[in-house]
Amino acid sequence: MGVIPWASWYALRRYSAYPLGSMAEAVTNSFFGVVRAAILLALWHARPGLGGYDATDAVTFSFLTQSLIGPVQIFGGMELAQRIRSGDVAIDLHRPVDLQAWWLADDVGRAMSTLVLRGLPPMVVGALLFTVRLPDPGEAAAFAVSVGLAVLLSFALRYLVTLAMFWLHDERGVQAVTLVLSLFFSGMIIPLVAFPETLGDVARALPWSGLIQVPADVFLGHRTGGALLSGLAFQAAWAAGLLVAGRLLTRAATRRLEAQGG
Amino acid sequence: MIEMTDVTKTFVLRRRNGRRLRRERTPVRAVDGVTFTVERGEFLGYLGPNGAGKSTTIKMLTGILTPTSGRVRVAGLDPSRARTALARRIGVVFGQRTTLWWDLPLRDSLTLVRRLYRVEERAYRTRLAELTALLELEPFLATPVRQLSLGQRMRGDLAAALLHDPELLVLDEPTIGLDVVSKATVRGFLARLNAERGTTILLTTHDLGDIERLCRRVMIIDRGRPAFDGDLAALRRAAGADRQLIVELAAPSPPVELDGVEVTLVEGPRQTLRLPDGANAASVVAALAARHEVRDIALRETGIEDIVARLYRGDQEISTPVTS
Ligand SMILES: Nc1ncnc2c1ncn2[C@@H]1O[C@H](COP(=O)(O)OP(=O)(O)OP(=O)(O)O)[C@@H](O)[C@H]1O
Ligand SMILES: [Mg+2]
Repeated sequence: MGVIPWASWYALRRYSAYPLGSMAEAVTNSFFGVVRAAILLALWHARPGLGGYDATDAVTFSFLTQSLIGPVQIFGGMELAQRIRSGDVAIDLHRPVDLQAWWLADDVGRAMSTLVLRGLPPMVVGALLFTVRLPDPGEAAAFAVSVGLAVLLSFALRYLVTLAMFWLHDERGVQAVTLVLSLFFSGMIIPLVAFPETLGDVARALPWSGLIQVPADVFLGHRTGGALLSGLAFQAAWAAGLLVAGRLLTRAATRRLEAQGG
Repeated sequence: MIEMTDVTKTFVLRRRNGRRLRRERTPVRAVDGVTFTVERGEFLGYLGPNGAGKSTTIKMLTGILTPTSGRVRVAGLDPSRARTALARRIGVVFGQRTTLWWDLPLRDSLTLVRRLYRVEERAYRTRLAELTALLELEPFLATPVRQLSLGQRMRGDLAAALLHDPELLVLDEPTIGLDVVSKATVRGFLARLNAERGTTILLTTHDLGDIERLCRRVMIIDRGRPAFDGDLAALRRAAGADRQLIVELAAPSPPVELDGVEVTLVEGPRQTLRLPDGANAASVVAALAARHEVRDIALRETGIEDIVARLYRGDQEISTPVTS
């Protein structure tokens, strides 16, 4: 067996090393789940059936997406960025392993760890305080696949942003722009179903919708049959395309690499 | 093992120029025409003042920087093209960075490294046992790396770099910040590694004790240019290092007169004499004692610190041609 599965396994352990920190984040995520649910409930009371969601869907959406914050790291960022800035990336490049594959493996481990530590609590809180919609086993299985693809897609996007560090030496600018794009176009702020028509269509075609909106729709049972397959294909296609872009950019970056610091 | 031919590396610094938005590009030659060969089994000390280009050279040797011009071969490979293949055959340690995983116990970091380098289970066990004994890792194998002291971490890093039994070990300031005892452990370990396993070692350091204790060969670079290449004795000679005889006479007297011996300092009864290269200190002392009443005598060699300081300051033209 190659090193990649091991890299994921050790990353999972690494990211689980601070359960208290994760718990604090889970509490925060749950709290904001309540806040968002209250806001969306108000919206759906004013406009019942908006975008094909009913009030229960809207509440479930709030908590579910709070649960996904960790696994798809919706706020962006990657440990690799600090390593490029500090020059520690030199260590990574001294390893007999592909940079992108290594960090993907790391990210998968991270996502699995946060899925359990930060993903479950908001849903549990939601189910205790409100009525939420839970998927049947088929939908749950489809949801698991969709979350897996969302993690890949999230990595692919963040990896591209991170590599920009090789050229820009400072990620804050790109980070700020991509944070807005990611929060807005993923459906994290308002579900994309509630977007006005044209903007909604544009948002649904962009990769960020694959992070939150698509998995949420699968969970809520709004994507079944052909729609389910096209949703998963949409996520997979963006993930594959962006991973290939990341691959090309890695090659360019290492060629012009000027590992910082001596 | 290592072949560098006329290697240069130019960084382009972009600096904001006054209030104008356009940035000025200034090229910096970090390494400027370096040529040297390292044979299998050598132990080479690579010295130079801060910013001389040592780390840059190492990064080119290991393939994470591409030279601007010139040719680099390590273990027969072109490092920047075959970085991953080369990584399996060499070990690298940066004193200021760590290959270990902060949140994992040292033992787990080492198992992950084992997976990275695809070291067989049995070979791994033997090797780990060996390294644990030599580097005295046992007491902190189960400690998370973030809780290790600098010296412990450094030893862990050395173990990680050597698990796959590399032919070449490259060390960038491996003793930086270590106390005397840790330094001694690390040095003893490196000396054995080189002598018993025949591992080729290239080391940069600012600690000249490392050099005196370990390196048969020394290279000095300064502002990217090679300034010296030879053994320690040659370095002493090149720097005009000499021996000094400090004599304390019974009473203050004018500078003593002895053939070929120059008096450099007279402080009352105490005089400092410079012995010429190859002079026999014993006969100088004998001649001196025959003519003067001598109370005390001390022989001092110029320390390597002084020698290198002279070279770095450029006080001393380096007289030996650079060999390669
Ligand atoms: N990424 C970089 N971008 C621009 N200039 C750089 C970069 N890395 C190094 N330099 C420059 O190259 C020169 C050599 O640096 P290098 O790190 O090789 O020195 P060094 O010999 O390792 O010094 P030290 O003993 O301080 O570690 C320095 O002038 C440094 O400013
Ligand atoms: Mg350096």
